[in-house]
Amino acid sequence: MPETQKTSVAARFGSAVRWDTAVGVLLIVLLLCSFSFVDNFGNALNISFLIGNTLPIALIALPMTMLVVSGEVDLSVGSTAGLSGAVMGALWNQGMAIETIIPLCLALGIVCGLINGLLVTRLGLPSLAVTIGTMAAYRGIAQIVLGSDSVTDFPTQYLDFGAGRIGDTFIPYAVVPFLALLAIAVLVLHATPVGRSLFAIGASEEAARFSGIRVKRLKLSMFVTTGLLSALTGVFWALHYASARYDNATGLELSVIAAVLLGGIDFDGGKGTLGGAVAGVFLIGSLQNVMSLLNVSAQSQIVVTGVLLVISVLAPRVGRQIAQARARKKTAAGPPAPSPAPS
Amino acid sequence: MSVATAGTRRLTAALALTTSLIVGATACGGTTKEDAAKEVAGAATGGKADPNAATKKGLTVAFLPKQVNNPYFTTSDNGGKKALEQLGSTYKEVGTSSGTDTSGQVSYVNTLTQQQVDAIAVSAQDPGALCTALKQAMKNGVSVVTYDSDTKIDCRNVFVSQASAEDLGRTQVQLLAKQIGGKGEIAILSAAQTATNQNTWIDFMKDELKKPEYKDIKLVKTAYGDDDAQKSFQQTQGLLQEHPNLKGIVSPTTVGIKAAAQYLSGSKYKGKVKLTGLGTPNDMRAYVKNGTVEGFELWDPAKLGALAAHTAVALESGRISGKEGETFKAGDLGSFRIGKDGLVSLGKPTVFDKANIDDFTF
Repeated sequence: MPETQKTSVAARFGSAVRWDTAVGVLLIVLLLCSFSFVDNFGNALNISFLIGNTLPIALIALPMTMLVVSGEVDLSVGSTAGLSGAVMGALWNQGMAIETIIPLCLALGIVCGLINGLLVTRLGLPSLAVTIGTMAAYRGIAQIVLGSDSVTDFPTQYLDFGAGRIGDTFIPYAVVPFLALLAIAVLVLHATPVGRSLFAIGASEEAARFSGIRVKRLKLSMFVTTGLLSALTGVFWALHYASARYDNATGLELSVIAAVLLGGIDFDGGKGTLGGAVAGVFLIGSLQNVMSLLNVSAQSQIVVTGVLLVISVLAPRVGRQIAQARARKKTAAGPPAPSPAPS
Repeated sequence: MSVATAGTRRLTAALALTTSLIVGATACGGTTKEDAAKEVAGAATGGKADPNAATKKGLTVAFLPKQVNNPYFTTSDNGGKKALEQLGSTYKEVGTSSGTDTSGQVSYVNTLTQQQVDAIAVSAQDPGALCTALKQAMKNGVSVVTYDSDTKIDCRNVFVSQASAEDLGRTQVQLLAKQIGGKGEIAILSAAQTATNQNTWIDFMKDELKKPEYKDIKLVKTAYGDDDAQKSFQQTQGLLQEHPNLKGIVSPTTVGIKAAAQYLSGSKYKGKVKLTGLGTPNDMRAYVKNGTVEGFELWDPAKLGALAAHTAVALESGRISGKEGETFKAGDLGSFRIGKDGLVSLGKPTVFDKANIDDFTF
């Protein structure tokens, strides 16, 4: 049994690296092909559209990666973003200053994350179930707060920040804070004890707890971070599309999870890299952009995303099984003979 | 005690501190709705127009309805398609499958800008949300026409309106007066008491009723069904109990007229109390055929789409620029004049009755 564990971990690690790289290479190939063969893809305006439309997915993918690595998931992120936008619109209509509203929205996101986190860690409920519930609840509250109203008259300088780009370059303003957040996330997940603890929890929660990791507290703080960044995404969404509505960002959670899984993050936890997640995010974003330019209908685009999601969950598993089979053969052949792996 | 815990705790504390600092620093002062309202709206675009310029061919005009596969917009966009084919240009249609997916509409505008279509005809889901994207499109040389549902004035070149409020209000009274033979008690079944468009139409109805030829017609009550089928049904029932001599009902809302027709068709008043107003042929077909309703009206969406197409081509050809007072010819639809705020009105609504209702499928 211990031997199997070891080989499977090794196999997991091996296939993870390969899958990340594969997604990255796929992204580069897609971009190169699009530059050469798709009309109007390569100009600065389009690239800025591509990045701008993908940023909401990218922002939430950062904490989502950490959550999934630790073996949890948050499906309420789209609703939290919607709620944040709805509250932003409602307070704006009340005449409050936007500089006050935005921090309030972020604080609200922290509260949403705290509720998810407490339900999961204190009551020991599965995060999938908890966040399906809060997904509905937060969306409902958003509708109560703003109704079917839509608020669009935010100050021009903020709208420009949300939708504009730096000069005539392809870089949207909003990408700058994202890059900063990305750098922080990469550091935290891959270069600090917090990150190592998350991987440990995802690999084996029990073992992590016995080795002194405060599992619950760490998970709680991850849910809070996810809530905070979801709320930030809600604010960005409202400014980017100049529209605060209760149904903003509906279905965003699925895009985020699809992208994260595509990036090679194991849904069972314990494995994955942020680089892979970001590559997955932009692979999906670029595909959508290219398909739009090629007049592929929205329905077909959803099918493509769905198929990609299934492949991305399936492929690493198949790869892992092949690696395991190979390892079994090797260990069976060579002395000393270990106990056979269960199938 | 692990390092992780201390790290987490420090992180949480830092987070809380930053948030409270930001709140504190910005609580007083800042940009509010009032400040934003003071920002002057940019002037509408458009250079000089040459009414005699040749009609350009080979243009690509994209229709972006509120919702694709919605029968109303399908009819409308097909009208646009036919007009564009006659003008020697190319038609395309894109759009979201939900009628409230504002961000989807924004993405489509961006994609169309990217594809360098010549003009976009869009029915906006929201007056403000498309502004940034549409302005970007206009900056890139795309002509923008709104139809059916407008954006803010400076975010498009021309708005093609389905019918003027005045025409809609007055013609509904004229239609009912004809049906009841010019005399008797009538009532109005509206949507919500606060619905702006409904109230404008009702004001024009009341004004029309002041004319001497309607001296024998008396408006006894305005009821409100809140665009809720059940409530409109009950309000119709109430109107008929309260006013036994009622001769006719005007319902300027598609939900109201359908509910009223549903009530009348199952009651002893069927065919005796006349019903008219604004409805869609698909909703009302059965009631027209079974004799509950003689005739009702709405604009013809196919003509609306066709006019949007003609307007887009006229803009691209430089025959109009979107300024008040410019006129242009729109094929067999006739001649149109651009009114205040770049608005073009399709004109009098179309009346649907037994004779023509089967020609319409929306």
